[in-house]
Amino acid sequence: MGKLWSLVFLMVPVLGVAMFVWPMLDLWPLQGHWLPENINRYGHVIDDLFLFILGLTGIIFVGTGVAKFWFLLKYDADRNAEPVRYTHGSHKLEVVWSVLPAATLLFLAVFQMNAWADAKMRRPTEIIDGEEVPMRPLVEVTARQFEWRIQYAGPDKEMGTEDDVFVVNDLHVPVDEEVVVVIKSQDVLHSFFLPNLRVKQDIVPGMKQFVWFEATRTGVYDLVCAELCGWGHYKMRGQLTVESREKFDKWLAETYREQERSEYTVPRGDDE
Amino acid sequence: MTTAASGSHDHAHAHAAHGAGGVGHFIGTYVFSRDHKIIGMQFLFSTLLWFLVGGLLALGIRWQLAWPWSDMPVLGRMLFSAEGGQISPEFYTTLFTMHATVMIFFVIIPILAGAFGNFLIPLMIGADDMAFPTLNMLSYWFMWPAFMCIGASFFWPPYGAGAGWTSYPPLSAIWSAAPGSHWPQTLWLLGITFVGVSSMMGSVNYLTTIIQMRAPGMTMFRLPMTIWAMFITAILQAFALPVLTAAGFMQLLDRTIGTGFFIPEGLVVNNSVAATGGGQPLLWQHLFWFYSHPAVYIMILPAMGMVSDMISCFARKPLFGYKPMVYAIAGIAGLGFIVWGHHMFVSGMNPVLGVTFMVSTMMIALPSAVKVFNWLGTMWGGKLQFTTPMLFSISFVSMFIIGGLSGIFMAATPVDIFIHDTYFIVAHFHYVLFSGTAMAVFGAIYFWFPKMFGRMMNDGWGKVHFLLTFIFLNGTFYPMHILGAVGFPRRLADPYHYMTFAELQPLNQFMTICAIGMVATQIIFAINFIYSMFWGPTVGRNPWGANSLEWTAPSPPGHGNFDFQPVVYRGPYEYGSPEADDDYYPQTAPPPKGGGVAVESAH
Repeated sequence: MGKLWSLVFLMVPVLGVAMFVWPMLDLWPLQGHWLPENINRYGHVIDDLFLFILGLTGIIFVGTGVAKFWFLLKYDADRNAEPVRYTHGSHKLEVVWSVLPAATLLFLAVFQMNAWADAKMRRPTEIIDGEEVPMRPLVEVTARQFEWRIQYAGPDKEMGTEDDVFVVNDLHVPVDEEVVVVIKSQDVLHSFFLPNLRVKQDIVPGMKQFVWFEATRTGVYDLVCAELCGWGHYKMRGQLTVESREKFDKWLAETYREQERSEYTVPRGDDE
Repeated sequence: MTTAASGSHDHAHAHAAHGAGGVGHFIGTYVFSRDHKIIGMQFLFSTLLWFLVGGLLALGIRWQLAWPWSDMPVLGRMLFSAEGGQISPEFYTTLFTMHATVMIFFVIIPILAGAFGNFLIPLMIGADDMAFPTLNMLSYWFMWPAFMCIGASFFWPPYGAGAGWTSYPPLSAIWSAAPGSHWPQTLWLLGITFVGVSSMMGSVNYLTTIIQMRAPGMTMFRLPMTIWAMFITAILQAFALPVLTAAGFMQLLDRTIGTGFFIPEGLVVNNSVAATGGGQPLLWQHLFWFYSHPAVYIMILPAMGMVSDMISCFARKPLFGYKPMVYAIAGIAGLGFIVWGHHMFVSGMNPVLGVTFMVSTMMIALPSAVKVFNWLGTMWGGKLQFTTPMLFSISFVSMFIIGGLSGIFMAATPVDIFIHDTYFIVAHFHYVLFSGTAMAVFGAIYFWFPKMFGRMMNDGWGKVHFLLTFIFLNGTFYPMHILGAVGFPRRLADPYHYMTFAELQPLNQFMTICAIGMVATQIIFAINFIYSMFWGPTVGRNPWGANSLEWTAPSPPGHGNFDFQPVVYRGPYEYGSPEADDDYYPQTAPPPKGGGVAVESAH
């Protein structure tokens, strides 16, 4: 019986690795079952770190799995005629398998700090009047049950004035430019998740937060709400359009003209 | 023995004699019992019933993810006839909220601490009962108001709370924010508070019992790992629970009298302006996770303890590194108090604080790794017996490795930005809690069943149960890692209308089929359990040839547990000792002349 069970447990590392390699190689039927295309200039840091940890943990996973298989096979009571090794442990081994993982984990912890700081602490800067200041946001996104209200500065280039441009669920950003987005919530928690840009930030009502990225490829992508916000959470879908600067300016101008033609004044949030 | 304990013991005897033979006797013995073994079994039966409820709720989630908005067979017609048998989006939020609530608060925590803690602690330390038998009885009966609150919430549209088991405000705190945030949320908060009261009573009792009532010779470092784990778990409960209770009351006050602890200024929810403000939603998250992260260890440490005992017993070899194992549990518990922030890396908490929590979280993987290596070391060079409990224990180690390693991904803050709130985390905690703890619990049930009922469970069917559960659970949970890598978010009723996730439905269907298989497999277990309780082959005191004290008591032990005064001469893992004739060496067996001397008193 020991043989059977050791083989059952051998399947864990074998199939466990296969289940990851399969979608990584994009094989049928698991095409498209891996990290979605990264279009953020800084997103590869996250992907690289993910793959690095995957490799590291993969080695431990396979190592312990194979060791376990070998022990189950070799020390099966039905076949192991040797007396048991009457030992209560080994100080040397304990030290080895404490120090090695500790060093590895500490290395990992220090190794990633910079990426975290880049993603969450070091907001891009711009030069205004010869002074380096945090970059002004291009767009302000206000989440509410269950839509994204998006606000751009109008022709006066100032946010929060009469001529601001308002759209819903339709976020546009220029390609190859650093973009800062302000995110706010009107009611409950939401989360601003752009899978292709490796950006995620929970939105807390009462707080004003900033996210930033630099999209490197034009196209249409998903904007997902990733924090439970009520019964309609699943349908709180926005769309991100990355386009060239000219197209973006043209779109913004056109949206502005349309908005000026329409009979609505500036929506205040509760007049739907 | 302490005077308090022996006093209550006498009292219990008098009580039993008084009601002998009548209805009063039955109620005193089996219903309002103060015998730790009966209370343990009451916890066991209650939690196993809730396990079924939680499993069915999970199938509802899986059904919706595999075939969204399609009629659910059989149950759909019964539950949602108004929607023509399909799951409504608000009921979907209820499904995952209640699945987690039931599984965590009504199954895992009470089955580990309540069922096994109660049953095993006095038996394994050589005591006749708990230190406070009446308090022990109350700890079980305080579960019933919780059962009733949560049970009642199922009858209130939308049939349960729907703000997630984490109940993040403002969604949970404002009545108009969601259908489930009406009465069901209030009932949810009350229910959780009652569970907390029950756990608190239990933990105080466990600590006192383990410190005060150990048999002569049972020093702390002769305790089985199960008891060490229960001891440290009880400390975690005692220190972390008050915070959850306080937070629960604060949310209750926010909901009922408008205190606004968690509600910021100027909210407009569902087109109405919130009446209160001035609070901070993140405060709830800090308080909630200050309890609920240690709770994660409350849900795994006892399982680790039981697995250590089972592996050593069926490897017929001493546990490798007993003291490092104890220190590892203590290390996990200590670090467990300073890692709660890793649930909040992208919550809006100061990212500088995130760095601190990242480092402590990385370091908590260390004691976990030490435990895994020591389990492997225990198997190395043994004589492994592939009994059902052993198979479950080996699979615990196997699956805990997966759950532990996947945790490192989320501890890495930059990676967490991408996989936070995706199926990667769902995979992670199901590997720890189901594939880990629940599998250990199954193993423990097979292992201690003969002590509980004096009869064996069928080993052959146990192995069938093991193999099918093992295959199906991996089929259900392993692909979740892949979903997580795509960024597939949790708690979405229908994720397939997003371009990114549109292609993931077939994999989800495969997972759902495995989940149905997994739940169906438990029928084998239920039949084996019930049949063996009445008709299984009877056993003697020590069917497994194990060392610890409970195996020297009769099976099942009568009131007062031991028919002799156990005296302990050694630790519980002396398998294959050259000093003994058998391949095991019970803790109570007197040493040959000139051997170790029992300590006169444990305290």
